[in-house]
Amino acid sequence: MKRVCMMLSVLAAAAVTAQAASAQTLKSVTDRGMLSCGVSQGLPGFSSPDDKGNWTGLDVDVCRAIAAAVLNDPTKVKFVPLSAKDRFTALQSGEIDVLSRNSTWTLSRDTALGLNYTGVTYYDGQGFMVRKALKVNSALELNSASICVQTGTTNEQNVGDYFKANNMKYELIAFATADETIKSYELGRCDVFTSDVSQLYAMRLKFAAPNDHTVLPEVISKEPLGPLVRQGDDQWFDIVKWTLFAMINAEELGVTQKNVEEMAKSGKPELRRMLGGDGNLGETLGLSKDWVVRIVKAVGNYGEAFDRNVGAGSRLGIARGLNKLWNQGGIQYAPPIR
Amino acid sequence: MTGEARKAPFRPLARLKRIGGARASWSGLAAQAVLLAVLAWLAYEMVANVRANLAAQGIASGFGFLTHSAGFAVSQALIPYEQTDSYLRVFAVGLVNTLVVSAIGIVLATILGFVVGLGRLSPNWLLARLAGGYVELIRNLPLLYQILFWYLAVLGALPGPRQSLSPLPGVFLSNRGIVVPEPVPQASFAIVAAALALGIVIALGLGFYARRTLFRQGRVVRVWPYALAAVIGLPLAIALLFGAPLTFDVPELRGFNFAGGVRLLPEFAALTIALSTYTAAFIAENVRSGVLAVSRGQWEAGESLGLSRGQLLRLIVVPQALRVTLPPLANQYLNLTKNSSLAVAIGYPDLFSVFAGTALSQTGQAIEIIAITMAVYLAISLVTTTIMNVFNWRVARRGQA
Ligand SMILES: N[C@@H](CCC(=O)N[C@@H](CS)C(=O)NCC(=O)O)C(=O)O
Repeated sequence: MKRVCMMLSVLAAAAVTAQAASAQTLKSVTDRGMLSCGVSQGLPGFSSPDDKGNWTGLDVDVCRAIAAAVLNDPTKVKFVPLSAKDRFTALQSGEIDVLSRNSTWTLSRDTALGLNYTGVTYYDGQGFMVRKALKVNSALELNSASICVQTGTTNEQNVGDYFKANNMKYELIAFATADETIKSYELGRCDVFTSDVSQLYAMRLKFAAPNDHTVLPEVISKEPLGPLVRQGDDQWFDIVKWTLFAMINAEELGVTQKNVEEMAKSGKPELRRMLGGDGNLGETLGLSKDWVVRIVKAVGNYGEAFDRNVGAGSRLGIARGLNKLWNQGGIQYAPPIR
Repeated sequence: MTGEARKAPFRPLARLKRIGGARASWSGLAAQAVLLAVLAWLAYEMVANVRANLAAQGIASGFGFLTHSAGFAVSQALIPYEQTDSYLRVFAVGLVNTLVVSAIGIVLATILGFVVGLGRLSPNWLLARLAGGYVELIRNLPLLYQILFWYLAVLGALPGPRQSLSPLPGVFLSNRGIVVPEPVPQASFAIVAAALALGIVIALGLGFYARRTLFRQGRVVRVWPYALAAVIGLPLAIALLFGAPLTFDVPELRGFNFAGGVRLLPEFAALTIALSTYTAAFIAENVRSGVLAVSRGQWEAGESLGLSRGQLLRLIVVPQALRVTLPPLANQYLNLTKNSSLAVAIGYPDLFSVFAGTALSQTGQAIEIIAITMAVYLAISLVTTTIMNVFNWRVARRGQA
């Protein structure tokens, strides 16, 4: 019965909501006074709730930054936890305003799904996790393995490409949610758990015995993760896109959560333009002049958010790697605010 | 009732009026026509509206995606399937998986349901209590928990493939499922099979002969040793002459998993066990009420004939109980089929999981996929109901005669 209800609501949603597709997201968010943001169902470092229901993580900070820019209050976010397979339907149907859930940017998602990727918050790649006791050192030793994966992900498809290219056999068991996936892997149903590497590390924190498991060196795909919005609302698309760019530019120009107020008073032209002392760049987006100040005050710049959630300052301790700024050996690069 | 018996004169317009309802007038008929037109218009508007909206949102629509390559693997495919095959193929794979788990679940649930239902009425106190406890426990726990229980707590607790249990030679039990040797037909397979068929025909003929002599002449003839000899001896003799009809491909551990043999996935096993034990509890209740509906006099008559309890149930009570038990069974079968969509929780690749799940999230074509999926479940329901109705009708008729 529940299923039938769900089916009907998908149909109804599809039939009705599409009227909201046109350029109104900014208005409906401000009218509501609340941003509705799709996140994962619990992925430490990216989006996970604590026992009081407070959400933290890099993906969560993107939501908060948007709320700060639009509503001047980073707490005005309703987080909607979504499994990999339900996330895009939730965005299409208008249940959420933006999807910020470790979602890989691919051509088909950007086009046929009627969605638009706004940028890359984290450059990732897919990897494999195995039990140390198996004494496997390379993914090329995985012939005939059973592999647990979450359904509705790019990972589900990449595995096949990799095993086929290397002439190996495998068995893929696909689960609806992350919890079921890792529970089955931990119980030994699968030899391998596969996902984006960052998520392997994040999920390992949830294991009963994290140290019994290791991530193999091979990275088999490109997984640029980023936020998405619906097609057909250019203004909202710009707002979400430039919120992330603002965080990256802030890092590049040395603007931090601590010094942002001071920097706003600085006489440097590029700081004045970005922080609203000069011109009306924020207003051209449909926001206020001090939109970047609000963002950085709320979540810090990109580097700060990265460190706090997934980097050196977090339980995950992931190295910045590819996610360093372009002028520091990475590929994070944002167009200039001018 | 009396009106039905008279043959109505042929008056098509009056007949049309009758379709419109007992007191249909021309204005009533017109109202119905208008209603129908409005409904048709609404349906048309809805489809047009959805299409326009999807186009405006830039979401792909139409059924073209069915021929595109799916690009993901499925753990259990009973028809040939490769990752490069189309979404249509994925649909077929999922459908077969749903049908298989439902069909096996229905058979097991029915058997178990009858055993438990009759057990509940047993004069044996312990048996009756056990059966009663089973029904209460199973009916009051959510099915999803039961599925997860069987999958994670029971089958998940089995050892890994390298330490698998081997209750019989060539049979291995591990958290990768059950592997048994795979029978491979040999050259003599056809002729031995023919001998077996012949043996069965002979045995049936003997049985028929024994019944006839019993009824016509009141004489019991012992035919079963000959029947047994025909069924077992004949094919055995042929096999000895022409060589073994089957050899067995015994599974062996190679790498991470077993190679060779036939494997039953734990996802399939857990789902089948959970669905059949759950539905059996409901069927048991139907069986019980059916048996209770058989009048006391029937029992007493049987007892006074000196029938044993088993004979009494088999020959007198159950056939009559079926008239009450069967109609609600159709419902239970439908529930089981629909409940099989909970498969997604444990990674069993049923229709709902691979098509309305993975394929939907990859293509984003929610409307088309949900519509197809709903149509399939509806079709399964209609077919099941029809079969059960025919069955009911035959049982009811036999009951009256
Ligand atoms: N980047 C992948 C997503 C991968 C994904 O969903 N990974 C799982 C790893 S188990 C996850 O994060 N699940 C969290 C959840 O479902 O809440 C994609 O876009 O398809």
